[in-house]
Amino acid sequence: MQAAGGVRSLAFDSKAKLHLANGEAIAPLTMAFETYGSLNSERSNAVLVCHGLNGDQFVASPNPVTGRPAWWPRIVGPGKPIDTNRFFVVCANVLGGAMGTTGPASTAQDGQPYGLRLPPIAISDMVRAQCMLVEALEVETLFLAIGAGFGGMQALQWASAYPNRVFACVTIASAARQSAHNIALMELGRQAIMADPDWRQGGYLAHGVRPQKGGAVARMAACIAGQPASRVRASFDQARALERFTFAPDSSAEGIERIDANSFLYVSRAIDAFDLAADFGGSLANAFTNSATRHGVFAFSSDWRYPPHDSRTIVRALMAAGAEASFVEIKTESGHDAYLGEEPAFEAALTGFVDSAAAARGLALQGGKS
Amino acid sequence: MMAQLALVHPVPEPQSAPRGDHEVIALMVGEGAKALDVGCGDGALLSLLARERRARASGVELDRVKAHACVARGLSVMQADAETELAAFPAGAFDTVIFSRSLQGFRRPGAVLREAARIGSQVIVSIGNSAHWRSRLHLLTKGAMSEPPGWGGFEQAHRWSIRDFAALARATGLKIERAAPMSHSRPGAPFAKSLWRANWFAEEAVFLLTA
Repeated sequence: MQAAGGVRSLAFDSKAKLHLANGEAIAPLTMAFETYGSLNSERSNAVLVCHGLNGDQFVASPNPVTGRPAWWPRIVGPGKPIDTNRFFVVCANVLGGAMGTTGPASTAQDGQPYGLRLPPIAISDMVRAQCMLVEALEVETLFLAIGAGFGGMQALQWASAYPNRVFACVTIASAARQSAHNIALMELGRQAIMADPDWRQGGYLAHGVRPQKGGAVARMAACIAGQPASRVRASFDQARALERFTFAPDSSAEGIERIDANSFLYVSRAIDAFDLAADFGGSLANAFTNSATRHGVFAFSSDWRYPPHDSRTIVRALMAAGAEASFVEIKTESGHDAYLGEEPAFEAALTGFVDSAAAARGLALQGGKS
Repeated sequence: MMAQLALVHPVPEPQSAPRGDHEVIALMVGEGAKALDVGCGDGALLSLLARERRARASGVELDRVKAHACVARGLSVMQADAETELAAFPAGAFDTVIFSRSLQGFRRPGAVLREAARIGSQVIVSIGNSAHWRSRLHLLTKGAMSEPPGWGGFEQAHRWSIRDFAALARATGLKIERAAPMSHSRPGAPFAKSLWRANWFAEEAVFLLTA
């Protein structure tokens, strides 16, 4: 276990290879992660939070590198729906990420950054890497895998790949397959990065530069898609009234330091390639056959990035597979990013789902009250 | 253990006695059966089935607020329009598909009933009887249809007599295995020994149907 600059990580032995879906392998693997709360004696209260494209492992504490506050404080923490007084919460930086887990910015065995030499990765590889971490933490069965958007895809992949190791699965504003309009948005981001002269054919780290402008566009594309349609329209109208061509706020500062351009290329391609049904002869229901996992699927009415329809497709497949599933569409004006904001109906339904699953798992209150 | 859990996020158990048709339905559902309650409302029947029959019960509810409340209470409920959603289930997915006072709310109840018979081995339907003698008298004297007693708040796109529903079941190709007439929310109705009499004297009825 290492903790460099406040980022905890677990470096696996180089013999413990991560075998990728495309047949290649990554070794040695490093997984950066945070944990909150404590594992009970039965090791039955572990919750894996899967972060989204702009997220990291700092789900419930500030990121010591960027200084950004916890990204999901309303949901994970003491007394929150995912109560760290009861649950042992694990959140790992995804494979290909840029916050300590092996990714294109990591050092390869030749001492140079991987850059574009990192093999292509898939969401199933990210989940396999998480599984290695979870095993290393001596957790055999997750009580819950949960995520929103891209994080939800990982949670679904968990439930499908390890049906006996996930007691409950929560998928929020997500999809079992990336839609064409999401691919289009991500593609613009990728092209912007690659068109930036500072990208240097992916070798920017060796040149001591960063493709700031391209990265900012990539981030902006993802950021706009998280907003409700009404806000996108209002921003546009405002810019138009000022006779400006774009409404993008100054893209210079904030976010870009958080996005490593090559990491965006790798991770966004993995997201765009996600199609859970494809591995099961085109039938999504087959991805969940014989699953004892309880599923909670949540969608937001004004989400145009992963609209409720995408969630309903998941629920129909779950029901067709005979899985236990709940589905709630939350009426909100906050778009995809509603999962981060104040949504009492969402929080109440999520709390009910988690609590009843905990009761079914025989989990009681751990530790003190908040 | 459970008591401690309850301290954190209390899950209120219903205080009132179960609704009459729910009790009758629960007796028709097998122990440990896999059941789907279509139009499950506040989830009272789902809780009853889980408690009394240890059924693996899930529900479909159109009303967003009611569906949310069910999920918040820990019930497996999907917020959806059953009129279109039942088609997503594979044949024989459930042991029992239940419509408690909900079938009369659908636009095309015959089609919905047919879907239910496809996805469930048996179908249980409770309906209000619009041919009860009081309703007949009301119609005769006031010239207007009346609601079955205790029926307030339940949407009825269709008003049926017991005979009407029996005819619908037959037209859908379903066999009536059992029919329980009810009055004053209790099984049995005076003089309800035959369909003809039940049609006069039962306020509501619960049917057990098979394909």
